[in-house]
This record gives sequence, structure tokens and C-alpha cells, in this order.
Amino acid sequence: MTQSLKDKLVILLLAALGTAFMVTFIAIEEQTEIFALLLVAAALIVAAAKFGVIKAISQCLSRNEKLMNGAVIAAVLVVVFWFREDHFPLLMIATVMMYVIACFGLNMQFGYTGVVNFAGAAFFGIGCYTAAVLGDTSVPLLMVIALGGIAAAIIGSILIIPVLRTRGHYAAVVTIAFGLLFRTFLEVNDTLGGPQGLRVPGMNLFGWDFNSNIEISENIELSFYMNYVILALIMVILAFVLMRRIERSWIGLNFDAVRLDETAAACFGIDIKRWKITAFTLGNFLAGTAGALYAMMLGFIAPSNFAFSDSLILVSIVLLGGMGSLWGTILAAGLVVLLPEKLQAIQEYRFLIYAIVMILILLFRPQGILPRGLRAYIPGWRG
Amino acid sequence: MEQQQETVLAFRGLTRRFGGVVALNQFNMELTNRQIVGLIGPNGSGKTTSFNVLTGIYAANGGSIEFLGQDITSWPAQKVYEAGVARTFQRSRLCLELSIFDNIMIGNHKRLNHGIMFNVFQRKALQKQITENHEEARKLLQIFNPALADKMFEPVGTLRMIDRRRIEICRALISHPRLLLLDEPSAGMTHEETRELMEDILEVREMIDGLSIILVEHEMGMIERVTDKCIVLNFGQKICEGAYRDVASDKLVQEAYLGGE
Repeated sequence: MTQSLKDKLVILLLAALGTAFMVTFIAIEEQTEIFALLLVAAALIVAAAKFGVIKAISQCLSRNEKLMNGAVIAAVLVVVFWFREDHFPLLMIATVMMYVIACFGLNMQFGYTGVVNFAGAAFFGIGCYTAAVLGDTSVPLLMVIALGGIAAAIIGSILIIPVLRTRGHYAAVVTIAFGLLFRTFLEVNDTLGGPQGLRVPGMNLFGWDFNSNIEISENIELSFYMNYVILALIMVILAFVLMRRIERSWIGLNFDAVRLDETAAACFGIDIKRWKITAFTLGNFLAGTAGALYAMMLGFIAPSNFAFSDSLILVSIVLLGGMGSLWGTILAAGLVVLLPEKLQAIQEYRFLIYAIVMILILLFRPQGILPRGLRAYIPGWRG
Repeated sequence: MEQQQETVLAFRGLTRRFGGVVALNQFNMELTNRQIVGLIGPNGSGKTTSFNVLTGIYAANGGSIEFLGQDITSWPAQKVYEAGVARTFQRSRLCLELSIFDNIMIGNHKRLNHGIMFNVFQRKALQKQITENHEEARKLLQIFNPALADKMFEPVGTLRMIDRRRIEICRALISHPRLLLLDEPSAGMTHEETRELMEDILEVREMIDGLSIILVEHEMGMIERVTDKCIVLNFGQKICEGAYRDVASDKLVQEAYLGGE
């Protein structure tokens, strides 16, 4: 059997395994069963790592990047269609996707460029409120998503001067302050609904109402969340392509140089300000687009959705997955959003558990679950 | 012959203070085309400070710097690099988690296209630029160590000290600078490695036309072998200038180094 055929079979097998795992994980509700499933999965991963299977798999995947990407999209589609009639699983999947987009934005900021941002939820929230305010006007709703991103990017530019002037802890404090200010501003602002929040009209594309179930025939009626899941999936793919292309370009290299050594970067002509502003603005844009779609899906938003703790969750997803690692972010977003929903037992302790997991990760695996690899400018090309 | 005498760099009364300490005091020097100048002196005598002021990391408190006929005294680091000055650092400042190729390309900044549209949408053109620059970096690495040229996609952090130094020099040379600043290239290396590096530097000068070098170094064997002229600094002041042989026998210099009688 040739190498490439073997690779293809491995990827097919992994995709099938992953799909089966996801479907089972989302479908079962008995707490002991969920624990058992997670334990089995963890044991399998540990065993695979011990026997060098993980390393072989990751080499195989990096050889077949396109195929892997396709397999993941196919697996997600299978999972989504499996739950086509169930509201809750689809809502969870769509939520994961929107978190992924927002966390890609944060990754651009501090994973790539080292610009800390503890106000992720605020920029997500700006997108949400843009959707709420513009939703009832005649602006096309697809445009509203883009405008949510643009609003987040523009409002973010208020922060640019302090972000450029400060570093490390100080920059963190500046963004935390912005996040708190944002929430307080919403709570006292009556035109934006005050603490009660605002209703957000659902997505509607050329007369296709996203908020009503899709009737295919008399017996088959798909959950309206299907609309949002598919749109979110498309947005995740676009965001992923943008992130990957930037990483694998001179811009990604400039970002890395700024993060790793500003003095050396300046001595080789790299304009520190320009690249920090680029990363900060693009990152906020991504968070804003995710927020706009999220608001349309939920139909209702309030300031309490954008607390400091929500920003921390976004940051912890990036750290957990691995700074700058796109697949790591996807995996971590899945874990952080789904686990508390599935494990009712831990829900009350979720912040305690987050804290413990974060400390353990930072201590024992600071590069994250799926660390970012070296930059491969052109997949498969090694000069 | 005319070309040979062209002044590349001139310091005129260059002064830099840190609080009460005068790190550079009225420093005058001149460097002509293709010259290699050694900058020597005890620790803290202002050698690295002069590099930092020249490259725009520190602002000068007085005096001026002229490079290729332009006054660059108050230019920011980026502009100094664009004008053709590239350097290495005393304590190696490579990005250890990036690949060899990435590190060298950081030094190639001014010759790459950084437009967002170009980088995100014109992927074919970008990939062409990547492969072309990869080829050029490979050729440059081959001068120093052919083994490095074959592992350009490995992280710099795994390499020996001498190879890291070589990559730092390649990062400085890839953009075709007119002036190369080497800040203690032999630091942390064995005698054998220092000798290898010295050969590399001489070879580079032969290969690259119109390149001048300033070398800060404690290893006197290297200074003697490589430099055309030496400048000795002590407490921020120039105390002697001339060929290595003359400088080494100068009384003031011996006092500065050995603490005098």
C-alpha cells in the first residue's frame, strides 16, 4: 500500500472516529455515561501518545492538509445533520463556532502579535449591539454582520493609543478597564436598553427567515438553528482561511517578530505600531462579526452577557488551545463551551474548574493542548 | 580609487549620557568604503552604546551621525535600517522559536512586500517571492555553513552557539547593507569557533561589494587579523586610533586595559 493511500485511510478513519465521538457526546445525557465516554477518550489519547501514534498522526495530517480540512468540514456537517431536528445541540454547536471566530480574533492579537486583550467580550458585545440597533433598519442583515465587525474595529481604535504605549501587565489593565467601562456604559444607557438589554431581529437572507424551522416535507422539519449553524460554519471557514493566510505570509512573520523581540524587530525596519494596530483591528473585527451573528441567533442581548468573566473565558480558550494555534483554538472552544453544558454536575463549579485547568496548563504545558508548529509558508514545501 | 575613499559613516562629537554617566563623550570617527574598523575598550567603555545610538535605539544627547552623506542622528531604528545599516547583538537576539528561514527573512524586511492585499489575496505572487528569497537565503547560508542551508525550516533554538551567530550575521547581510555592525561575535564561543567565524567575516567582505564593517570585540587575535584600523574607547572617550600594532603598543591603551602601573 502506498504512503498516500495509507494517509488517506488514516484520515478517513480519524474523521469517522471523531464524528462518532461528537455525535455520542452530544446525544447522551446520563451523567455517568458522559463521564465514562470522556474517560475512555482520555485513556485512548494518553495511550496513543505513549505509543507514538499521536506523532505519526500529526505527521500524516500535516502531509495532507487539504484533505484533513475537508474531512473536518465533512465531519461537522455529518454531526450537524444528525441533530437536524434538535434545537439544543444545534444551538451549542453554533455557539462553539461563534466562540471560535471571536477567539481567532484574540489569537491574531496576542497569539500572533503579543498584544494582550482582556476585553474580548466587549468587542464581541459591540458586534451584538450593532446587530440589535441595525437589525430593524433596512440595512441587509449580511451587511450587518460585517458592520458589527467594523464597529468593533472602530471602537477598538479608542484603545489603540494606550495599547501601543503600554506593555505586559499595564496593557492588560487598560483592556480590563475598557471591558468594565463598556458594560457599565450599556447598563446606564437607556437608548441601548439599559440593564434589560435589547431584542435582536433574526437573520433574514433574501426573504429566507432564519428564525423559523425549515419544512422540507410533511414529516421532516429541520430546526431553525440549522440556518445559523451553516452560516456560522461558513464564517468559521472564512476566518480560518484569513488567519492561515496571514500566518503564512510576511505579515505573520512581522507579527511574530513584534511579539518575540520588539527591539530586534525595530532594528530590521519592522514598524511595531503598524503591526500592532493591524493585529488589534483585525482581531476586533473578527470578534465583532461573531457577536453580530450570535445576537441574531439568540434574539435577545443584555449587558450581563459581556462581563469580565466572559472575556476571561475567551482568553482561557486561546491559552488552553495554544497561543497562535488555530486547531488548538477550535478544540479548546469546543471543550470550554460544551463540557459545562454536558456535565451538569460541574456547572456550578465551572469557574473553579477553569481556574484549576488553566493553572495546570500554564504549569505543565504552557504551549497549550495543540501547540502551534513552525510556520510552513507553503504546505508540503521545504525548499 | 576614488570609490575606495568614499566616507560611509562619520561620528562628529557624538555624546550620550545615562543620568550622570557619560557613556559616549565627544566621540569622533570616520569609516570609509570597504573598511573594517575594530572598536575595542574595557567593559562599559561605550562600544555597544555607540551601536545603539547609531542604530536609533538610543537618541544622541549631542553631536551628529552622518551616513552616506545624510544626517541620520535623530532617525528611528527602522529608517536607519532602510538606509543600509544592519547589526548583530551582543547577546544573540534571534527568535528562538522561529525557523532559520523566518529569522533570516526578518532581516530582509525592506525587500519584501508587506501589503495586506498582496499577502492575503495574491498568494501566487507571494509564494513566488517566498521561494525566490528562500533560494537567496540558502546561497548566503552556504557561505557560512552548508549544513544550515539544508535545514532552514528547523527552529533556531536547537542550534549551537556558532550557528546562531552565523544566522544573526546572515539576517543582517540578506538585505545588502552598506554597513554591518558586529557586536562581540565571538562571545560564548571556543577558540576554534572564533577562528571559523573570523574566516567567515573575511570571506563575506570579499564577496559583498561595498560593505564596511564595524567590529566590537574582546578577542584581540580576531581584531588583529580582521581589522584595517582600531579605535580604543575608555569611559566613553576615544583614547587612541590607528592600526592594531600601533594601538596595542600605545601606553594609554595598555593602562586602560591593564589598569596602568
